[in-house]
Amino acid sequence: MSAPPLTEAAGSVPAPAGRSPWRLAGGRLRRDPAALAGLAIIALFVLMALAAPLLTALNGHGPNEFHPEKIDKALAGAPKGAFGGIDGDFWLGVEPGSGRDVFSRMVYGARVSLLISVAATVVSTAVGTVLGLVAGFAGGRVDAFISRVMDLVLSFPHLIFMIALVSVLPDANRKLELVFVMGFFGWPYIGRIVRGQTLSVRNREFVEAARASGMLRMRIVFREVLPNLLAPVLVFATLTVPINIGTEAALSFLGIGVRPPDSSWGQMMAKAIDWYQVDPTFFVVPGVCLLLTVLAFTLLGDAFRDALDPRGGGR
Amino acid sequence: MIRYIALRLAGVAGVLLVICAVTFVIFFVFPADPALQACGKSCTSERLAMLHHQMGLDRPIWQQFTDYLVGIFAGRTYGTGPLAVQCHFPCLGFSYQNNMPVWDLMMQRLPTTVSIGIGAAVLWLVGGVTVGVVSALRKDSLLDRTMMVGTLTSASLPIYFTAMALTVLVVQIGGLLPYSSYVPIAEDPIGWVKNLILPWVALALLYAAMYARLSRASMVETMAEPYIRTARAKGLPERTVVTKHGLRAGLTPVLTVFGMDLGALLGGAIITESVFGLPGLGRLTIDSIEKSDQPVVMGVALLAAFFITFANLLVDLFYAVLDPQVRYQ
Repeated sequence: MSAPPLTEAAGSVPAPAGRSPWRLAGGRLRRDPAALAGLAIIALFVLMALAAPLLTALNGHGPNEFHPEKIDKALAGAPKGAFGGIDGDFWLGVEPGSGRDVFSRMVYGARVSLLISVAATVVSTAVGTVLGLVAGFAGGRVDAFISRVMDLVLSFPHLIFMIALVSVLPDANRKLELVFVMGFFGWPYIGRIVRGQTLSVRNREFVEAARASGMLRMRIVFREVLPNLLAPVLVFATLTVPINIGTEAALSFLGIGVRPPDSSWGQMMAKAIDWYQVDPTFFVVPGVCLLLTVLAFTLLGDAFRDALDPRGGGR
Repeated sequence: MIRYIALRLAGVAGVLLVICAVTFVIFFVFPADPALQACGKSCTSERLAMLHHQMGLDRPIWQQFTDYLVGIFAGRTYGTGPLAVQCHFPCLGFSYQNNMPVWDLMMQRLPTTVSIGIGAAVLWLVGGVTVGVVSALRKDSLLDRTMMVGTLTSASLPIYFTAMALTVLVVQIGGLLPYSSYVPIAEDPIGWVKNLILPWVALALLYAAMYARLSRASMVETMAEPYIRTARAKGLPERTVVTKHGLRAGLTPVLTVFGMDLGALLGGAIITESVFGLPGLGRLTIDSIEKSDQPVVMGVALLAAFFITFANLLVDLFYAVLDPQVRYQ
């Protein structure tokens, strides 16, 4: 289990500097083109979301400004001009029916889509990690109970129950509701992984040692066990983000996601379904955004998994 | 084995009971007045009062719940006298907006959803596993890398995006297929296929990518096993090694996932059906939510949960047959 002592480093050869597993992983990530590409795309979209007010100031159209002069009333509101009305002023064209700037809506949509999916991932990761730790560490009845609850939540048809829950919840803060509903159905996945890892770490020598030295149980859990779980949790959380992006988009697409004046990519897709034969540009923009972010997070998650694997290097 | 099956069936029943209770709470305790919702958008006060009584909302919650449970197995009658409505076995509630038992409504829509699901499942299983196995056998070749980049991209494609793009390219520009609608297979088998190809492909692209990655990883691992080396060493032709020894062990994990995905297919069908405008269970769910027709949503949710838990059970049993290392006590 433990590393053999490095005693043969004698004489002129300087002893190799100790490198932590995280640093090793960092080095591997820097040499992985897929990871770098994923990271670059994510950085681009995050920047775009953060700088949304600046970017819309630059082109001069807010996300909810109507431009009736850009749409053709005779054609039921289809955008004037080729490719959904793209020109020097409206970089990605206008929304059919209302003439709102697609670029501005896409940029503000990035805020909503990213924020909701990352927040939901944080909720499910936090809940899953804590309950998985408790189940794995406590064992016995507590473990049996938590495991049954996880099985139960997993046997719910998620999308249908998310739709059902969101549709009966009071219409107070839709974004917050989405975060919690998505987080709630996501936690058992990570909970199972954390529980399994905890079970395998629980009886290792260093935990025994901590117990023998009289460390408090809570302290053992957080100081000794938790750090050994961070790698799988990180990998899984990264791979959960794209799933949540897809779910948020699907819910908004079905009309029970974010509320109208707000835009999200899924909601733009939902609008596009009435127009896609007349104005394909309008569905390509949010579609490509979704495709790229999901792909980027998946690439990054896969790269994390490869880099953090102690067997290293090859797949 | 029989003991195991009995235990598992009891477990399934327990899970379904809890799901039933949770669904009941969501739909009958959360909303301010379920009768108002059942009544629909144009509702008079007499009708509301009548519904209130018919639905049994003037009785305690636990009694309403037991009525619902009994109704599932024995059928029930809502209300009394000339206004009473009959809801036969298996009664999953009554949709006052459609004036029809929820079960009958769902059975009208089921063929569409099943058609979409089966076609897509065949496509993604065959396509995904073929790509995965070929990739695994030619690991690290150019073909392998190209296919893996392809699957990664296709796994990231949102289904509504694929659906719209395919319709624009194949139907609008290419003119190769009709716009999707539902034609029953008994009426016109060729029309059935023609109309459903696009939904099948859109749904299958997403799943096939996952299956390709899964079966590749599993096959790579299997083909490195010592018993494969033994099979080769005793002079079996490579074809036999792969088909007889490799695939059986390499594809068992795929089977597990396939069972669970089939069970969960109803959820995926919701989006496919809304994009293509097909009148299946998914479309029914969305329409019912828009009209606040809660009994229908509840019925679909229960049916979907039933499929998921049952599919999980079947997978576990099938596993025992297929994998000699697994034997249940």
